Amino acid sequence: MTTATLPTRRDEAWRYADMDGVARLGAAALDQWQEITLAPCETRRHAMTVGSEAPELHRIRLNLGEGARAELFVVNRGADYTRVEVEVRLAKGAHFEFGGVTIGGAGVTREFVTQVVHAEPEATSNQTVRAVHWAGATGNFLGEIKVARHAQRADAAQDFKGLLLEAGASANAVPQLEIFADDVKCAHGATVGALDEAARFYMMARGLDPATAQRLLVQAFIGDAFVALEDEAEREGLLEAALAALEGARL
Amino acid sequence: MLEITNLHASVGDKPILKGLTLEVPAGEVHAIMGPNGAGKSTLTNVLGGKPGYEVTEGSVTFRGEDLLALEPHERAAKGLFLGFQYPVEIPGVSNVQFLREALNAQRKARGEEPLSGGEFLKLAKDKAALLRMDMEMLKRQVNVGFSGGEKKRAEMVQMGILDPAFAVLDETDSGLDIDALRIVGAGINAIMRSPDKAVLLITHYQRLLDVVKPDKVSILAGGRIVETGGPELALRLEAEGYDAVMA
Repeated sequence: MTTATLPTRRDEAWRYADMDGVARLGAAALDQWQEITLAPCETRRHAMTVGSEAPELHRIRLNLGEGARAELFVVNRGADYTRVEVEVRLAKGAHFEFGGVTIGGAGVTREFVTQVVHAEPEATSNQTVRAVHWAGATGNFLGEIKVARHAQRADAAQDFKGLLLEAGASANAVPQLEIFADDVKCAHGATVGALDEAARFYMMARGLDPATAQRLLVQAFIGDAFVALEDEAEREGLLEAALAALEGARL
Repeated sequence: MLEITNLHASVGDKPILKGLTLEVPAGEVHAIMGPNGAGKSTLTNVLGGKPGYEVTEGSVTFRGEDLLALEPHERAAKGLFLGFQYPVEIPGVSNVQFLREALNAQRKARGEEPLSGGEFLKLAKDKAALLRMDMEMLKRQVNVGFSGGEKKRAEMVQMGILDPAFAVLDETDSGLDIDALRIVGAGINAIMRSPDKAVLLITHYQRLLDVVKPDKVSILAGGRIVETGGPELALRLEAEGYDAVMA
């Protein structure tokens, strides 16, 4: 099957996409899905940093068997349009953990688009996304959660926070919940704000230069996204990859 | 050590300091008292270089240098410490990481070698003990979940670790119970009482001055120093009130 045409902004999942970047990706790129199936009770974890000088699209489809657990942690720091899409289907008692950071400037759009289907009872999911942007850049998190009619006792959480280091940058959060079961916990929260100037002054008054104070505050801010990543080396690696993007910022 | 001459400063369009002149030599603890709205916190913020406070006239010289020309972190590296009336919470950053980075940034600016993790922890432990603060608290996030009194003690632990030449302490006694006041006062004496250091102690009450005995006391009112005397001036203020003393 091939996709004959490119999506448009009228498609909900492409609402905040960089359509120029999508055009440069080309229609063929849209058909490339990475399909991963987890056997019952299997656990898999993956940490990755995406983004380059060219537009990138990463489409991942996860199918989790009963009691399986998938953990995905991503730093999205492309210098061009970079989109990570994850579709997840959870069987009974399965868990999906997602931690994502979009970080960068240069007027670029970076986004996460997730669709988590709680197809059977007692599945759980937790998604934490942090967006740090400047210089006219945009960070998006479009998160869809679907709970099937018989998928009772589902527990799904989605948390998004945006930190805009300059006026002109933007962050969009689009939580979308479709719940057909009646015994379900679904939580979602989204906030967007600027750097805490009181904290920055406090740090400078103790001797930290403005760039170091900012780096510490950004590190603390994005740290939430990787709290669930138990491997310390991997966690440090992702934090460093994200903070490296901040080094180039002239703020 | 610190010379403030004819200092005028505004917040927004509102003039707050209106010709403040004050000299604090090395070895001196100088208490500043004054009614609400006199400009005490503005003085602290101007000395620290907080954004939003505009100096319109006058000068501040610190250890022979123009203090007002320096960025806040440069002032810290020159040996200025600001004790905050309301210490700021920084979620996600531990005290240990924050203070080690701050101390090493100051040392780097002064051309000194950075402290290793082990050396830093030993120093932090000593200073925490001085303020009778549990080392576990220093491993927690900066001021997050600390009570008012714990925040003030943590400020003094920070001061102990950073070991400044000059401390401006803005209502460090507010929010402290009697025991904590003694501990904080003793901490100030231990860290700052030295012939080559000085303190500007901003307070509303005599009670801190019973522990940290000032060499001089000045009254700040209407954005200026209106009277300077010895420790007895604070006692007179406590007994008679600002109106009577300034009349």
